Amino acid sequence: MGLIQSYRLRLQRKRWRIRAFRKRRELTSVANRTAQIKADDILLFCTQRNEAIRLPYFLKYYREMGVGHFFFVDNDSDDGALDYLAKQPDVSVWSAKASYKRARFGVDWLNWLQMKYAHGHWALTVDPDEFLVYPFCDTRPLRALTDWLDASSIKSFSAMLLDMYPKGRLDEEPYQAGQNPFEIASWFDSGNYTISRNRRFGNLWIQGGPRARVFFPDAPAKAPALNKVPLVKWDRRYAYVSSTHMLLPRGLNQVYDEWGGEKASGVLLHAKFLDTFGAKAAEELQRSEHYAASVEYKAYAAQLKDDPQLWCKWSERYINWRQLEILGLMSKGNWA
Amino acid sequence: MSVGIVMLVHNAFDRAEQVARHWAAAGCPVVIHIDKAVPRRAHDAFVAALSDLKDVHFSPRKRCEWGTWGIVAASQGAAELMLSRFPKVRHVYLASGSCLPLRPVQELIDYLEDRPQTDFIESATTADVPWTVGGLDAERFTLRFPFSWRRNRYLFDRAVEVQRLLGLKRRMPRGIVPHMGSQWWCLTRRTLSAILQDLDRPTYDKFFRHVWIPDESYFQTLTRLYSSKIESRSLTLSKFDFQGKPHIFYDDHLQLLRRSDCFVARKIWPHADRLYDAFLTDSAGAMKKTEPNPGKIDRIFAKAVERRTRGRAGLYMQSRFPNEDWENGVTAAPYSVFQGFTEIFEDFEHWLSRASGARVHGHLFAPDRVHFAEGQTALNGALSDNPVLRDHNASAFLTNLIWNTRGERQCFQFGPMDNQDINWRVARDPNAQISVITGAWAVPLFRSNLDFADIRRLAAKLQKTESTHMDVLRSAHAKARVRIWTMSEFIEAPMEPLQGILDEIGRPRLRRLSEAPRMVDLNGFGQFLQNLKNQGMHPYLVGDFPVSRGVTGDAKPTPKPYLVK
Repeated sequence: MGLIQSYRLRLQRKRWRIRAFRKRRELTSVANRTAQIKADDILLFCTQRNEAIRLPYFLKYYREMGVGHFFFVDNDSDDGALDYLAKQPDVSVWSAKASYKRARFGVDWLNWLQMKYAHGHWALTVDPDEFLVYPFCDTRPLRALTDWLDASSIKSFSAMLLDMYPKGRLDEEPYQAGQNPFEIASWFDSGNYTISRNRRFGNLWIQGGPRARVFFPDAPAKAPALNKVPLVKWDRRYAYVSSTHMLLPRGLNQVYDEWGGEKASGVLLHAKFLDTFGAKAAEELQRSEHYAASVEYKAYAAQLKDDPQLWCKWSERYINWRQLEILGLMSKGNWA
Repeated sequence: MSVGIVMLVHNAFDRAEQVARHWAAAGCPVVIHIDKAVPRRAHDAFVAALSDLKDVHFSPRKRCEWGTWGIVAASQGAAELMLSRFPKVRHVYLASGSCLPLRPVQELIDYLEDRPQTDFIESATTADVPWTVGGLDAERFTLRFPFSWRRNRYLFDRAVEVQRLLGLKRRMPRGIVPHMGSQWWCLTRRTLSAILQDLDRPTYDKFFRHVWIPDESYFQTLTRLYSSKIESRSLTLSKFDFQGKPHIFYDDHLQLLRRSDCFVARKIWPHADRLYDAFLTDSAGAMKKTEPNPGKIDRIFAKAVERRTRGRAGLYMQSRFPNEDWENGVTAAPYSVFQGFTEIFEDFEHWLSRASGARVHGHLFAPDRVHFAEGQTALNGALSDNPVLRDHNASAFLTNLIWNTRGERQCFQFGPMDNQDINWRVARDPNAQISVITGAWAVPLFRSNLDFADIRRLAAKLQKTESTHMDVLRSAHAKARVRIWTMSEFIEAPMEPLQGILDEIGRPRLRRLSEAPRMVDLNGFGQFLQNLKNQGMHPYLVGDFPVSRGVTGDAKPTPKPYLVK
């Protein structure tokens, strides 16, 4: 990578940061409990819209994991999610009425909050339907992982998005608030992911899984990206570029080994495909507030009308992180 | 009180306090060194917390940066204090704040009581030490290290390079032979005082002050001068990863640590409550002893290093994406590729799967769809039979397929009509066993019902594709096991190559091949080839196929479906 290219990326990073700074005006503080944050707390950042039904389990899951404080941006919910969040003792929440799309799908808002509050903390950035699984997560809290990353001078931790789906129709078993979504959506594709390298940002671009298999079989290039770097030892100079798929400076995207070894990595279990999905897809189609003119949702809507079945004979049922490790979806690296 | 503990502490003070109390409760005096970098408040609180114990002392504080002299100076000071303050101490055990005693302290005392003259210190000559990282072993002693490795890595590396280039070397003090080993030792009063009170100590100190990571070499080297009996191993269990950082123990290592034969383990994660609760109890509350099995610990951590440096062969994932030629194996397991066999044998796939026990797919890279074995529409790992998805990244399709079906031998058919994107990938893969009958693509054309003009055009195209593919397979970079026959050569004596292929797939078979696949009827094929030639399209890849065979019909291709040897 030449100096010019490197300088361009630097300018780009500055641009995203300035943009985040400008977009701060769109955020209205509803509950600000950031004074409670302790110096070594792990912080979680999330944008959400009308996900009230998911929030109880989401908060429980990450509290048990050891997240110290939650940052939410509520994008104009009308299902009571905002009130619910404002009442939680370890949550700070902002409300944003402006366009999700024009805030680059929430990235600008979160970049701003991270710039302001996450400096020097480990920051976990996830959606309300994403659940982090990392090596030894059944016996070691998240703090054990971040301490180990600190000791190893590793600043970012990769966790690929793994789409989970139920057996049978999506709307067969309704999801209840507080329920573990993976009791319903407990299946996944274990080995149909393709990877290519993004030379410019240095990240991997992973596609595949049930979404490519069922919704994009004839246009695989359009299938959604599954690579994510959700856990970062944040510095105020950092910025997410596109969702949590990649960041700048580009060194943070180097979460993979190029010389044959395996770095430690986790998985984000994606509980998107529940009975709530149909309604969500219809709504997002109306709003057109999603990536690439909601091409994803268009494809979903077209398919889901006739046969909402993601399960196939070779789907794998989720057991635990060790299973994902053996299947090669994540790795312990040299953490033992 | 025959054992004194020297503790080096720089963080996790609550745990350090707990461990110090544990040592003291068993009657061991403790001297603690607190890193000078620790803020005053934390320091004072820690000292105050331990003020009720009379046999716990604090030594003069030094600044301990990793890899520098400070740690040695700290241990020297603390050891001196220990020896002068507690005249009855016979062994001094160097430990850190994140060390955890694994066995009741009394056992350690008894053990050392039985070996009053033995120094336990890992100490090996630099030539024989395999655990050094970063290419610095003997050079730790011969170069100078003016820059901090932690804070000024760039200058550190440049300084090393410059000294190598100029051939600069420091002179070693007379009489010492550099040794290295684990930083955590247990030395006798006799040896330790000899080191600390040596008249030449200023010379040695001056030298080691500029040695890189002197805590792994100072005592290790000097002990060799005075000790009457060295046991070159550390009583402290500590495992290092590929960068020389110590592995950390967590709650889930409890069972593992109980099986260690060491007295102390490091490092322990400060929040590993279960470990601290389990090991820091009095001997009455201590767990039942289990048979030591240190090999298991070694295996687990050796595997972790191996995973980080070499990884699992044939795996491509979010945190392992090797550059080309650095894969340690392009694919996960051996597999076989057959080109031209289904064209000349009817029912080749079934025959092969019966004879070899492998899973035999059809043309996986065919343009219409992925022909998985038994006509399945998906395969292990939910690989789809959709050709567009496959062609989106054909080599990932192949590596995924082989990875997903680990443990079961895979075979598939290939041909010049298929997607050729994977040719180089397969050719470079030592796991691939490729058998090709060139020119066999002419047989389906011969049996087809197409216009001859179309046949001619297709034949030319297929021959060109196959020829390019053969160049790849014959290239000097190809690492696959490749066998190529021309069609005419192959059908002269098909049994021998088939037997060879089956042997290579390697299913233990008691009997020789008893059943051969049935060859298609090639009557008139010779004439067909001649017609192509007459049209100016020479199918040279078929080999020299006698025209007469098909024309006269008296030398029919062996019409025997089954052949018993």
